[in-house]
Amino acid sequence: MSKLTDLSIEEIRQISVLTRIAMTEDELEVMRTQMSNILDSVTILNEVDTEDVEPTGHSVNIKSVMREDQKQDSLTQDETLLNAPHRDGSFIRIKAVLE
Amino acid sequence: MESVNLEMITIAEARRLLDNKEVSALELTKNYLERIKILEKDIDAFVTVTEDRALEDANLADKRIGEGTQTNLTGIPMQLKDNICYSGIPTTCSSKMLENFVPPYDASVSAYLKKENSVLLGKGNLDEFAMGSSTENSALKSTKNPWDTNRVPGGSSGGPAAAVAASECVFSLGSDTGGSIRQPASLCGVVGMKPTYGLVSRFGLVAFASSLDQIGPLTKNVEDSALVLQSIAGYDSRDSTSLDVKIPDYVSNLTTDLKGFRIGIPKEYFIEGISSGVEKSILDAVEVLKGLGADVREVSLPHTKYALAVYYIIAPSEASANLARYDGVKYGFSEKDAETMWAGLENTRSNGFGPEVKRRIMLGAYALSAGYYDAFYLKAQKVRTLIRQEFEDVFKNVDVLAMPTSPTTAFRIGDKIDDPLQMYLNDIFTIPANIAGIPGISIPAGLVDGLPVGLQFMAGTLQEANLFKAAYAYEQATDWHNQSPSI
Repeated sequence: MSKLTDLSIEEIRQISVLTRIAMTEDELEVMRTQMSNILDSVTILNEVDTEDVEPTGHSVNIKSVMREDQKQDSLTQDETLLNAPHRDGSFIRIKAVLE
Repeated sequence: MESVNLEMITIAEARRLLDNKEVSALELTKNYLERIKILEKDIDAFVTVTEDRALEDANLADKRIGEGTQTNLTGIPMQLKDNICYSGIPTTCSSKMLENFVPPYDASVSAYLKKENSVLLGKGNLDEFAMGSSTENSALKSTKNPWDTNRVPGGSSGGPAAAVAASECVFSLGSDTGGSIRQPASLCGVVGMKPTYGLVSRFGLVAFASSLDQIGPLTKNVEDSALVLQSIAGYDSRDSTSLDVKIPDYVSNLTTDLKGFRIGIPKEYFIEGISSGVEKSILDAVEVLKGLGADVREVSLPHTKYALAVYYIIAPSEASANLARYDGVKYGFSEKDAETMWAGLENTRSNGFGPEVKRRIMLGAYALSAGYYDAFYLKAQKVRTLIRQEFEDVFKNVDVLAMPTSPTTAFRIGDKIDDPLQMYLNDIFTIPANIAGIPGISIPAGLVDGLPVGLQFMAGTLQEANLFKAAYAYEQATDWHNQSPSI
């Protein structure tokens, strides 16, 4: 388990790709050290016997909440698009997804 | 303009002045705007001051007071932490990512306050996306502690705590994911309260860690805390984790008599790393509680030491999912000049988020990734169950728990910012309440070298009335809440 927290630069690079957060080599190295230290401090959880313990997702036991499928007021299109960085009429413009 | 001494003004006092027509809401509001102008260059508690909004709100409030239809918070000048949406007013989360974001809708709590014609003075500074314990992670400004402007106000609700401490508003609303209301309240010498998870709607609160986030009040005293909670608590169909429960009358249940009231002192909260001044203040407070007739007993919560580790898996994991939405397409910061969609997405996130936010997103993505999910995320969720059960068990024997809010008083700006692990330790006494979903409150309980110490109470799920009872009795028996910084 101790090896688990000793992250490699390649692992950090992979997470940087997955989270779409680009980093310089120096930033990757700082992140590697900091994340390894944080994860190392978390290994304390291995002391705890969690055999047969159910996981808690929420502190209150709430089931999925359903409502009747009814028409309701909502924001107008203008309000919804108010903060769009590249609005084009009633559309949002982005770069081509497929090239 | 009639000049009002704002320093000691509570909601109850402002209510009396307004209802007796000794001062109008407009006059009161102008006094606060004036004070904000003078103090902000030293404190930086506000990201945005909403002067026009405030004057309009005040006029509406005066009209209502004239008609005699006012409610508890009508005409009361307040602030909202800048991760709580208010229609037409920028909501930045103190991030470059949302610097220019203007929500087209109100958070539910904003709508409740609007309905009462409270007066919005502005939006309070925070650690970016509420991630931090000193407000130094704000991408917009660093808030100073009114008791010593070389020191941090705590965080992430550092703006709200400093604004209330400096009397730049009567009350503020913050959010608390791991202590973000209670820890800054402790460091700034004000009252900060985190309700039971689900008691206050999270609709319109910009999400950080959805299973832990909860909105609550920062106020000058316990009565005000109860008054504000009364106004914002309740079921909301727009928050799927909202609790559909009857809300008790918190204010009328405040009493100074603690005879037979059972208070547990968990020994795990008096550990190495707690400053001797803080420890002494809290032990003194325990003696005061005994003097009020409380049945004080030592209890044990052995899983407490795992709460911080559980938090630093669960909170970043939820954050990495919640913050995936910032793609520069629908709203927020956007890098326009990239060649491709993917490059634009990457540039937007790399330049829009600050270091702590990036750290948590990446940590969360790692903990959730295939191969590590069971070892980290699932394990943390299981230990969370044990922590929760332990609290449930202890509250069979005590009505509240008493402990320090934070291991130290306010630290110097810059002291901990380069060491994330050191910074995380600030929340070691507050995080367990978020993990278990139970309510907690921090109230002023002393000064060490001129800096405030916070006494924390925690109560069982939905036992806010017990929390206020203990806090009010202690407060009325001491004078700490009447101390204010000399600024």
